[in-house]
Amino acid sequence: MTTASSAGETSNGRVGEPMLTVDDLVVYYGKVAAVKGLSLRVHPGEIVTLIGSNGAGKSTTLRSISGLLKARSGSIDFDGQRISGREGHEIVAMGICQSPEGRRIFPRMTVSENLDLGAYLRKDKEAIESDRARVLDLFPRLADRITQKAGTMSGGEQQMLAVARALMGSPRLLLLDEPSMGLAPVLVDLIFNTIETIRDQGTTVLLVEQNALAALRIADYAYVLESGMLKMEGPAAAMAENDDIVRAYLGV
Amino acid sequence: MTITAVEAAASRPAMLVKEKIERVIGILLLVGLTLWLIWNFTTAPVQFVNVGLAGLRLGAIYALIALGYTLVYGIIELINFAHGDLFMLGTVFSSIFLVKLFHAGTGSPLDWLLMVITMVIAMVLCAGLNVTAEYFAYRRLRKAPKLAPLITAVGISFIFQWLGMRLNGSAQLNWPMVIPKGGLTFGEITLDYSTIVVISVTIPLLLILSYIVQSTRQGKAMRATAQDQDAARLMGINVNRTISFTFGLGGAMAGAAGLLFLETFGSTRFDLGFQLGLIAFTAAVLGGIGNLQGAVLGGFIIGLIQAFNDGLPYGFGQRWSQSVVFAILILVMVFKPEGILGKRTIEKV
Repeated sequence: MTTASSAGETSNGRVGEPMLTVDDLVVYYGKVAAVKGLSLRVHPGEIVTLIGSNGAGKSTTLRSISGLLKARSGSIDFDGQRISGREGHEIVAMGICQSPEGRRIFPRMTVSENLDLGAYLRKDKEAIESDRARVLDLFPRLADRITQKAGTMSGGEQQMLAVARALMGSPRLLLLDEPSMGLAPVLVDLIFNTIETIRDQGTTVLLVEQNALAALRIADYAYVLESGMLKMEGPAAAMAENDDIVRAYLGV
Repeated sequence: MTITAVEAAASRPAMLVKEKIERVIGILLLVGLTLWLIWNFTTAPVQFVNVGLAGLRLGAIYALIALGYTLVYGIIELINFAHGDLFMLGTVFSSIFLVKLFHAGTGSPLDWLLMVITMVIAMVLCAGLNVTAEYFAYRRLRKAPKLAPLITAVGISFIFQWLGMRLNGSAQLNWPMVIPKGGLTFGEITLDYSTIVVISVTIPLLLILSYIVQSTRQGKAMRATAQDQDAARLMGINVNRTISFTFGLGGAMAGAAGLLFLETFGSTRFDLGFQLGLIAFTAAVLGGIGNLQGAVLGGFIIGLIQAFNDGLPYGFGQRWSQSVVFAILILVMVFKPEGILGKRTIEKV
């Protein structure tokens, strides 16, 4: 475990080149700084989690990676290519898909149409079909609702749709923003198990969560944010076992 | 959506009485309208049909213009006040190309081909102007308060009018027409040639537009962008290009309407867009703004009402035409604020 001061200087047992590199990211909402110099790494095959209280800057970080917000300074690189400053649709084309906070499914379209939109940039018809089968396999509930208008589904089903829709883009890096928010405990377990399955099937995951303990259980590596700054980072398992840290930063 | 449902449920008892009264008055008005139509029909059936056909022709033109309002409102919730003037420019472009440059209107069969070419040119020019206005003005204001793009649209409206005055002069100009006067007669009923042309151009355009929005990739991107811009971006949709495309579609419809208007009425004026624009906007609101079918339905309804009012034996007459149209707008806003086909939750595109 290391503190923020040595971030980036140690690999903490992580091997190889990082897939996503965020360096000294600063993001403002108007005159308010939401992220104040954040650096983080995501390596291929990992589940990396970004945890912290409300307003810590977690969602802002994900929105910046996806190009929905412009960084004031700092850089974001994906596969050695600079993505900060690019348009959202270009970033999706490079292989980063996001299931955003608050689900943001298209309420007046059917589940099927929502999934189609997830694959909007793809042309490989057969691979899209097999991905469709795969996500419906991950979330059988969606298969039952395939012709239903997405806005008429329950919150849990909408959350599954948001994750499934992001997977339809066949991302190499999947960003998940609060996938467990507002869900019944049974569904929370289901979502977290599914995230592990997604990782095992070869998709790297960057997970933002308020449910820190659950996130630490499945993650390989964790970053703790506080007021837009990195408070701590380290292997998730070690972090979950340290009672002091859990009490101090994870609000348990 | 959940919140509105809960709120609606909580205020149900109070709403019931008010809703009932509103419904009764609304039904009474509809019954009155129906009786008035029947009375006119039985008094002068031939006149009724002839006037109705003219109403359909006018309604088709309104529908094409109304689509431009509703497309733009659907995608960025902007009431594009410049749209009527864009239609006016459509009439002016049509007159310039068709008569001044192509010298059509002499009665040769080639005229019809020139008319089609002119329509395509007017559609392209109006689409281009609409896209340009979006690119230079509205796009910069996308995150600004709603009032800013609205006022900007009023400004663009003046710019378009100025352009119209430069091209057309300050007076009304009358032009020779390709479509001959008169029409097919069935006894006393006359189906004007212009009506045939207007309807047979409008219907394919509506079908093409509906196909684009419902079934193409670009259409899906439009509908997604209309519902949630950021979510659309996360799907890889180029939101700026999608909005441009929508402005282009709306502009193309206005250009087509411009040529059809020129070929129906044979005149151009630089301030035509103000009046026609407001009426078409009324049509869009009547049908449920943001709803494509609604705009078409609203256009035809307003066209018919105007024609019936102006042409039937027991109408208010042409002097009251505008008053009747806007009185209807007010009544609809009172009894069905979301429009005929609109949903209580704002339905877009």
